[in-house]
Amino acid sequence: MWSCSEPSLVARTIVSGNPPLLSDWGQVGVLNNRVVLADAVEPYDLASSLFTDYAHKLRTVWMPPGTAAVYRSDDVLEFPLGTVITKTFYYPRTAIGDQQVRRAPDTSAQLLAGELGVDAIRLIETRILVRRESGWAAIPYRWNEEQTDATLQRAGDIVPLTMVTDTGVEENFSYWVPNVNQCSSCHGIDAKSRALHPIGPKVRHLNKRYHFDTAEVNQLDRWVTAGILEGAPASSEWGQNVDWADPEQALTASARAYLDINCSHCHSKQGPANTSGLHLDPATPLGPAFGLCKLPIAAGKGTGNRSYDIVPGRPDDSILVHRLESTIPDVMMPEIGRALRHTEAVSMIRDWVHELDGGCTTG
Amino acid sequence: MWAGYLALRRVPTCEKLILNYLGIIVLMNRIITLTVLSAIVLLAGCEGTDKQQQTPDSDYQRRLIERLIDAVPGDVIDIPEGRFAFDRSLMLTTDGVTIRGAGADKTILSFKNQVVGAEGLLVTASDFTLENLAIEDTIGDALKVNNGKNIIIRGVRVEWTNGYSTDNGAYGLYPVQTENVLIEDSVAIGASDAGIYVGQSRNVVVRNNRAEWNVAGIEIENTIGADVYGNLATNNTGGILIFNMPNLPQAGHHTRVFNNRVIANNTENFGHAGTPVASVPAGSGILVNSNDRVEIFNNELVDNNTANIIISSLHTTGYSDSEVQQNFDAYPESIWVYGNQFSGGGETPDGLDLKALKLAMFGFGGRFPDVLFDGYIDQNKFVDGELPPALRICISDEVEVLNADAPNGFTSPSLVGADMRCELEPLTPVTLAFL
Repeated sequence: MWSCSEPSLVARTIVSGNPPLLSDWGQVGVLNNRVVLADAVEPYDLASSLFTDYAHKLRTVWMPPGTAAVYRSDDVLEFPLGTVITKTFYYPRTAIGDQQVRRAPDTSAQLLAGELGVDAIRLIETRILVRRESGWAAIPYRWNEEQTDATLQRAGDIVPLTMVTDTGVEENFSYWVPNVNQCSSCHGIDAKSRALHPIGPKVRHLNKRYHFDTAEVNQLDRWVTAGILEGAPASSEWGQNVDWADPEQALTASARAYLDINCSHCHSKQGPANTSGLHLDPATPLGPAFGLCKLPIAAGKGTGNRSYDIVPGRPDDSILVHRLESTIPDVMMPEIGRALRHTEAVSMIRDWVHELDGGCTTG
Repeated sequence: MWAGYLALRRVPTCEKLILNYLGIIVLMNRIITLTVLSAIVLLAGCEGTDKQQQTPDSDYQRRLIERLIDAVPGDVIDIPEGRFAFDRSLMLTTDGVTIRGAGADKTILSFKNQVVGAEGLLVTASDFTLENLAIEDTIGDALKVNNGKNIIIRGVRVEWTNGYSTDNGAYGLYPVQTENVLIEDSVAIGASDAGIYVGQSRNVVVRNNRAEWNVAGIEIENTIGADVYGNLATNNTGGILIFNMPNLPQAGHHTRVFNNRVIANNTENFGHAGTPVASVPAGSGILVNSNDRVEIFNNELVDNNTANIIISSLHTTGYSDSEVQQNFDAYPESIWVYGNQFSGGGETPDGLDLKALKLAMFGFGGRFPDVLFDGYIDQNKFVDGELPPALRICISDEVEVLNADAPNGFTSPSLVGADMRCELEPLTPVTLAFL
């Protein structure tokens, strides 16, 4: 039952405890030097995704046979008991050593449809979210040096890596694997209940095409067809975030999509960052609560000597821009999950702030 | 089942697996025989494994993290005497846990080599007690408790050991959006914002602490019901601050500040521009900003060189009128000052406006009076040309009060002590069920 020589993966849910190996779950694994998914494990992607030091992410969801998720228009889909969601963080390798990783666009879907060989990548960690009787549980695994399996890593870790760009620029950074309790820093989206929830699988993030083995189709269409999503209205009613990196999109839509997936799990009325009074979720209109001419509350060093979260037209005077640009632990935002600056996104956010009309008049 | 599987595998991180494995056993309801057997097998398998721990201290990091992960309500996590090094932040999410050291100078959690994390210890749990230990040199906040009821912080020292600096972390002891909070017999030194900062909370007692070399010694912000007494605030930029900020879920009111010693809080403001405390003039003893129903009595206020007591509005500290929350009341109202002992102070106010004002009114060798009021009064609340008695600022102490006339650009400052002799209804004390 626990043999390593089993030739294929069989997805399963585990109702309690912390299984010591990722392979115990049978969802995602490495067989014959390739990253593979078990049958009925659905890979998916998000319209805009959380930045984690340019890590590539392979996301999957699996529901027990015969069960289905229930449609929710704004919140995360209601997944059935036993659901297992995985997110595998990895980097393309360079030719030199384990510690050097390449900065490149995430093409997990395309690779998976072809051949996601482990020779070309370095697998760092896989995080599991499993829906149990007691609620969602988060269980992190760290990939071994041989890249054959990942082991339970509840206490977290710091992985020293060097990011290499196409032009050969190198930057050392500490990739931070959060400990189990820190999962709630992002996934405890309600500061009162503190219960864990998935963040990505919401309609507005999932409503996009994915490059599956056979064809490129809309993910939600596919889930409906496969019978693993119930209660969905006509697709014309589905919300949709843009891909913030798509230059064809309006800056406002790009900025809101980026701030939604990177910030709003904490920065919402219910989230743990509501202490700041800054709400970056899609429901908050563009006003003081979204940062416009809003005074910081407990930003400390994070202000960067600036007075307001967002000063329309003036990115260099906006605290929000400063905190996205920073890599200092008590200055940067998000607080957890990054050590590098997301250069392209910061540039987009700067353009957006620059485009905003008005200014902040000091009374 | 897992045990046998583990034992058969050759893995480089054997030690980690043992720890993880022991955690699992606990969850599996203590299968004791299996535990003993497989632990022996595992340990045997680890023989000769290269121990890659740099120091015994940093090894403790992982053990404490595991303790925090595995904690169940009712647990007491005892941390022995010693200095323990951490390179990342800690987090507790379980209700009903006590973390206890052997003393604030004996059990030291040092974050001098911290690489990641915005605080030393982050707690998102209720019924939490932290006592008898020190948290030193965190990159950001030392202790943050975000949401939770029944929080006790006792005999804890938080300190940036290289002295006060803008590079120090922002907050020392930082409960926010908490209810029923006791902070006592603790020490906060060197925070680049506030040493002891209670934000957006309810029902709070802060007593018998020492706050030194912070920008704000003790700050109560947007909090409803706080008793601050028996503390020593000295060598901060501002000693004790009672603040309200806009755009937050609750406005603060009902704070009693009494029996404190607030002495020589004259350290230059080393806070970050843009933060609420960055506008605090060095030499502020007790400072009320835009808060209501504050009672300041029986304190000893000594040598605070801008003024021993300052009562002001967020209007003076400069914010955007156009974008501030519509219903935010920036006026400090129902403030009562009585029975305090004053000595010295007011000689060398901080900031050009105040320096000029002092010089113009009191001359080179003169001093500001003990109470400084910026002069903002909400005329919309006037009844028959004046504020209703219950909303007034009452200075019962026989000390002089300077109305700085900030609303008119400091053009007509005046001494108004005699006009402010009045009394208010005393506030009810805060009661904590667990006291």
